[in-house]
Amino acid sequence: MTDTQTIEIEVLRYDPEKDSEPHFQTFKVPFTHDTSVLQGLQYIKDYLDGSLTFRWSCRMAICGSCGKMVNGKPELSCHTFLRDYYPGKVRIEPLNHFPVVRDLVIDQTDFFEKKLPSIKPYVVPKETKPLSAGTYVQSPEQFQQYYKYSQCINCLLCYAACPQYGLKTEFTGPAALALLHRYNADSRDRGWDERSEVLNAEEGVWGCTLVGYCSEVCPKDVDPARAINQNKVNSTMDYFGVRKLLMPKGGD
Amino acid sequence: MKRSHEPIFWSLFGAGGVLSALIAPILILITGIIAPIGVWMPPQALEYARVLAFAQHWLGKALILAVISLFLFHAAHRIYHGLHDVGVHAGTGTMVAAYGGALLATLAAAWLLITIGF
Amino acid sequence: MARVKTYVRPMQGWWRKNPFFVRYMIREASSVFLAIYAVILLVGLLRLSQGEAAYDAWRDALTSPVSILFHWLALLTVGYHAYTWWMVSPKTAPDLYIAGRPIPELLIAGGGLLGTIGASILVYAIVRWM
Repeated sequence: MTDTQTIEIEVLRYDPEKDSEPHFQTFKVPFTHDTSVLQGLQYIKDYLDGSLTFRWSCRMAICGSCGKMVNGKPELSCHTFLRDYYPGKVRIEPLNHFPVVRDLVIDQTDFFEKKLPSIKPYVVPKETKPLSAGTYVQSPEQFQQYYKYSQCINCLLCYAACPQYGLKTEFTGPAALALLHRYNADSRDRGWDERSEVLNAEEGVWGCTLVGYCSEVCPKDVDPARAINQNKVNSTMDYFGVRKLLMPKGGD
Repeated sequence: MKRSHEPIFWSLFGAGGVLSALIAPILILITGIIAPIGVWMPPQALEYARVLAFAQHWLGKALILAVISLFLFHAAHRIYHGLHDVGVHAGTGTMVAAYGGALLATLAAAWLLITIGF
Repeated sequence: MARVKTYVRPMQGWWRKNPFFVRYMIREASSVFLAIYAVILLVGLLRLSQGEAAYDAWRDALTSPVSILFHWLALLTVGYHAYTWWMVSPKTAPDLYIAGRPIPELLIAGGGLLGTIGASILVYAIVRWM
């Protein structure tokens, strides 16, 4: 039989109807070598305190729902294991830089309702073609130009990692800017001009000081730091009016 | 959203960053440590006549001006943005002080290099 | 989302809570040492323009313990700036490919570090022997 040990999990609690500010509550949770932090939270909810509230879904690091601060670092709780913290304590808090709604649940509306739509996350074609014109043709090399940046699962770990977003939430932020680059870099897209207002603004790439922690914590290796800082170069060329000179557009 | 003017300052920051990344450590080591102490560098290496000749040569002038100007523009940019990181509200006044200071130093260095002669 | 009472956590002391951020702040703080060093050079230029006596007095001031200590600290922090500069430089580089494969970031960073080593040897040689 597998060895079961016990670990202390300290969770941030906040009830907006009762508390003026959050406080920690500690639970003793049994675990084996393959128990994730998420399963630890589920054990607490199932057996110790049913009021504990937190987001999760797929349990396999693809939905982006279960992001939490684990011992001060943004992690996907389904992708992080209690064995790696034992015998120390595990401290779980809501993702940094977002308002806390209740317990470990954050208010994500700034990202989903403002930042993400602002960068126009869809291919803006050169011209609208009828279905009869057939599909776009894209070479593997053209696909490589944006593939990495298309892997974002919107888990918001990068926003929790980014102190510039924490200091000023007007900053568009890592994931949204990486996605902006994903579309600009897609050979089917001609949306540079439509996205340039956001890109060239202080709230766009210029809000970034290359702390680089976003790329460090991304569970999908999207490398938002690279997307943003490559675009500092693009934005600079655009500012001095030489972008079209030096960047021939690929594709149709 | 307004277009930011950061590209100007970021370009100067970048140029200063590359130049300082390449030669600031060795310059600090030479002028600030080994020449004053006289270890691995005879003190005569930085004697008046030698350095004056360097500063009178057009290449020497270019290098001295680039080092002083770009190091300061790089630092001004980092310090200005760094203040924001530690919670200090740095507005237009700070911007003028930082980049303006770098500009003043650039002009002063250019003037001195001219008065030193050719 | 319906208007609910949310709690906004303060940002004070954010950088002290994670070693990654501490290193970032050291990197940024290196610019203070770089700025002071550039001003020292500017003063040296001024003294050079004022004649041999003034210039020698400036050189003399650089032998003081305070000056030596400052330059040691400057060397450490600005050295750290140089190292971190090259390590993040691949982030600004465009996507380049060799034989269909992307150039690894370490190659770009390594190139920069070699550049610093090469430039340092060159500067030393010029000051020492030319």
